[in-house]
Amino acid sequence: MTIFWWTRKKSYLRFILRELTSLAVAFFTIEMIFLFWSLKEGPDVYHEFMEFLRSPVLVFLNLSAMAGLLFHSITWFNLSAKAIVVKIGKARIPGKLVASVNYIAWIIISAVIVWILY
Amino acid sequence: MQQQITLEIFRYNPDDKEGPAYKKYEVPFRKDWVILDALNHIKDRIDGTLSFRWSCRMGICGSCGMKVNGNPVLTCASFLEKLAPGPIRIEPLEYFPVIRDLVINMDDFMDNLKKVRSWIIHEKDDNLDEEYLQTPDQLSDYKQYSMCINCMLCYSACPVYGLEPGFMGPAVIALAQRYNMDSRDDGNKLRMDIMNAEGGIWHCTFVGDCSAVCPKNVDPAGAIQRYKLEGARAWWTRWLLPWGKE
Repeated sequence: MTIFWWTRKKSYLRFILRELTSLAVAFFTIEMIFLFWSLKEGPDVYHEFMEFLRSPVLVFLNLSAMAGLLFHSITWFNLSAKAIVVKIGKARIPGKLVASVNYIAWIIISAVIVWILY
Repeated sequence: MQQQITLEIFRYNPDDKEGPAYKKYEVPFRKDWVILDALNHIKDRIDGTLSFRWSCRMGICGSCGMKVNGNPVLTCASFLEKLAPGPIRIEPLEYFPVIRDLVINMDDFMDNLKKVRSWIIHEKDDNLDEEYLQTPDQLSDYKQYSMCINCMLCYSACPVYGLEPGFMGPAVIALAQRYNMDSRDDGNKLRMDIMNAEGGIWHCTFVGDCSAVCPKNVDPAGAIQRYKLEGARAWWTRWLLPWGKE
């Protein structure tokens, strides 16, 4: 099999994109660790780090990573119903409802973070 | 409407020194014909040496699976009309050794099917006088997985099966789940040990195409992900909780 097997079908390409966008998750995680580190080091380092984040290259990187992260999260959320089968009584809960729990949790957690920050 | 359609068929004879090649055949283009009808027309009227498997012609036996224009399908369920104007390329299912022409060797699948004990296991000795009752609700837990017809389309759609030697593949895992979820079965622990080992569920990267090509809506990808969740739960319970049992 060639290493470019994922170019043969649209569904394979979507799969590889889903896997590759995990790098965006890693990127954000590392950035967050640096952000916390700069906070620990005091205001000067923090402001210097903020200035660094404002550079066009970093803005571009962050926007690309954000797009990748959204693709990653949404594709995984939509797939979650495949693994999680919930039955209430005799009825199986529809997959869309299982997936929507992820979205609701996402919105609530994001709202709490925004509330803490502002 | 066109009168004829061209089929490009993969031909391979192990006794022939020339190796595999594609051969073109012109067959009548009929609205009510599926690929299998066209193959039988070739076999009966044009070239009797063409080899392929088939039996029921109605999507039950699972023997006529082939790659048509690159996609694994049951040839008894693929109409020529949908593939017009052609040419239509017909190949054996991918990732399997080819015995001859469109006939594949599926020993690997059969061996793995035995390995996962795809039958009902009872902890106690079978009592043939006893009835093993099951409610419709209990049946619904595994019925979807029991619809598998062993057609091998999911294997041909699974790049992991092609990339990872030793991977048991989608249908075997779905069939193991079929028995795990059967209320009459006690073999879950035994199968979990096999599934957690090399070649089992953890090779699957969830490409998901196995479920997309399944003609019986078995959803092997779903079966594997449920198995992974169960495997992870069993692991955490065993290692983290002192009172934990699998």
